[in-house]
Amino acid sequence: MSNPEEFDLVIEAGRTELHYWKDLWRYRELFYFLSWRDILVRYKQTVIGVAWSLVRPLLTMIVFTIVFGRLGKFPSGGVPYPILVFSAMLPWQFFANSLSESSMSLVGNANLISKVYFPRLVIPASSVIVGFVDFLISFALLIVLMMGYRFVPDWKVVTLPLFVAMAFGASFGVGLWLTSLNVEYRDFRYIVPFIVQFGLYISPVGFSSGVVPGKWRLLYSLNPMVGVIDGFRWAILGGETTLYGPGFLLSLAVIMVLLVTGIWYFRKTERTFADVI
Amino acid sequence: MSNCVVKVEGLSKKYTLRHEQRERYTALRDVLTNKAKSLGRRMAAPFVRGSGPCTNSSQEEFWALKDVSFEIEQGDRVGIIGRNGAGKSTLLKVISRITEPTSGRVSMKGRVASLLEVGTGFHPELTGRENIFLNGAILGMSRAEIRRKFDEIVDFAEIERFLDTPVKRYSSGMYVRLAFAVAAHLEPEILLVDEVLAVGDIEFQKKCIGKMEKVSGDERTVIVVSHSMSTVKALCSKAMLLDRGVMKVMGQVDTVVAEYVGASKVDDAEKAISDKDHDPQGGTKMRVKQVKLLNGASNGFSVYWQQPISVAMDLEVFEDVDEVSFGAGIKMLDGTWVLSAHHDDYGARPRWAFAAGRYTIRFALQNNLRPGIYRLCVGAHHEHYMRNLFHLEPVNLEVLDHTQQGSVPFVYNPGIVNGSSNWETPERIG
Repeated sequence: MSNPEEFDLVIEAGRTELHYWKDLWRYRELFYFLSWRDILVRYKQTVIGVAWSLVRPLLTMIVFTIVFGRLGKFPSGGVPYPILVFSAMLPWQFFANSLSESSMSLVGNANLISKVYFPRLVIPASSVIVGFVDFLISFALLIVLMMGYRFVPDWKVVTLPLFVAMAFGASFGVGLWLTSLNVEYRDFRYIVPFIVQFGLYISPVGFSSGVVPGKWRLLYSLNPMVGVIDGFRWAILGGETTLYGPGFLLSLAVIMVLLVTGIWYFRKTERTFADVI
Repeated sequence: MSNCVVKVEGLSKKYTLRHEQRERYTALRDVLTNKAKSLGRRMAAPFVRGSGPCTNSSQEEFWALKDVSFEIEQGDRVGIIGRNGAGKSTLLKVISRITEPTSGRVSMKGRVASLLEVGTGFHPELTGRENIFLNGAILGMSRAEIRRKFDEIVDFAEIERFLDTPVKRYSSGMYVRLAFAVAAHLEPEILLVDEVLAVGDIEFQKKCIGKMEKVSGDERTVIVVSHSMSTVKALCSKAMLLDRGVMKVMGQVDTVVAEYVGASKVDDAEKAISDKDHDPQGGTKMRVKQVKLLNGASNGFSVYWQQPISVAMDLEVFEDVDEVSFGAGIKMLDGTWVLSAHHDDYGARPRWAFAAGRYTIRFALQNNLRPGIYRLCVGAHHEHYMRNLFHLEPVNLEVLDHTQQGSVPFVYNPGIVNGSSNWETPERIG
């Protein structure tokens, strides 16, 4: 029987990797490197390069303002419609992009998974980080927009990081589920674009969630992005915007559950990735 | 014992192979119900412990590794050899934590780095410079470390001019040089290398081996998987032979390599040869039935030191044939020719003609070979048509290191044949 204290590392079937979380810290630079790689690759051999990160949210905002604001005439609660839309689009784009990227991240990095060891959690996490970088760029655009409309947010904007963390949690949680499922069942590659498209219309991006009738509001908040987007609007727009308490808490709870179970399922199936991918 | 850095105990790895069952009658109703059933089973699979084998598609267990156990001390350089499919790469994957073992345990001490593939993580769109950082990070180096060694890496790879070109534009040689340069600058305590030296030109391979020797010189442990016996012998002090998932032997590198290469060491003094052993291209005019060693040493197809190799070959001739020339030769086990001779070399004898029938031909080959195991080759040409009647390598031949009378003073001169030399007494010149 080998003396366990002698050895740094013991590999055994089914053994819970206590090393795993230490390893995540040891490989922390990989979070940076994989995100850096994805961002760099995106703009290689392009002409306008990074400017593409601005064009997408800008165009979506313009389209939404026209479609929902002018044509649909959804109420905006006294706030310039573009800002209403943009403040919701920020978290939504973050969620949608992170979801699309992270759900394919494991399969896309199959060559790494089968040849090198590092804690696999780094892979979907770095996809979400890439989404976050895009988010920051769009956020800068929002600030420009607010300056353009001479719109000054009130104190509530300080709570914004909390909602950003919620958006992070939602993207990561759902992303983990999808990416681990996608390794074994490649059907999820087709499901994700559908979720994203569908989600765009049922989440309160183009309209405010006040539009939803009272009795459905709680059920509506099962969609985690409802809480996130409402929170974003509340923090940025301030003023009269209210936050529907129970709905928000429900969304928050859903996000926690998704995150925890996502990590659990990912860790459970992680040991078979290299064999199945 | 306390110096042990890698300890493997009872390691096994199982894969499940699925085989589709062919239905005899394919009714649509059956196809649909089967699909629905298997879908349900597959969705539930992660939550059901030990789900049994499916009934409509058979599953087979494939053990890539079976109860492998060994220990490696610090500073050892161990080669892992074996045929394709022996489990060498799987063993390395388990030790590198890429895949989990089915049972057994691996214990390790020290930082581990594994090189299972050259250029892991290289992205073709990124430049050489960017890929050095990316690859280094993936292999486990920190950013500061990479920056520190950057110039050395570029120097080793000799691609300074192309540092800022996307890697997709590199030639395969440049790609490999860069990839190996990054990997060669890892400084782990334990290094695992899987057949990556097979690429690259001779100069580069020499450089890599030199670098790896330097690595292992500093009390680092290296485990190499290779098909090239010369690399393994050059680099390693110990070796391990794997065969179909089982570790056959582990010991000094020369012993293990010899065991691998000369798997069926010594044949019997008489070897029957079937039609199957003949190359169909040779035609059917003549067939060898048996090859027999005459006056050999007692155990099998062996000759004593410097004893001529006397062989009797039984032939069956099916058609009349003339202008036949016979030859015999010796090859190393890896296929290198050592020597050969034909019966009509230097006009020694005329070519022969045969009418259909059975014949015995006896010949003797001069033996100046060093002790070892070789391959005897026999052949016949139909000179008139410049064609082989047959060409066979029927037996392993062992050359012993002693004569029939007893030992020969043992001389360790490397080489295939014995050399002889004449030395004059040294003359003082200063």
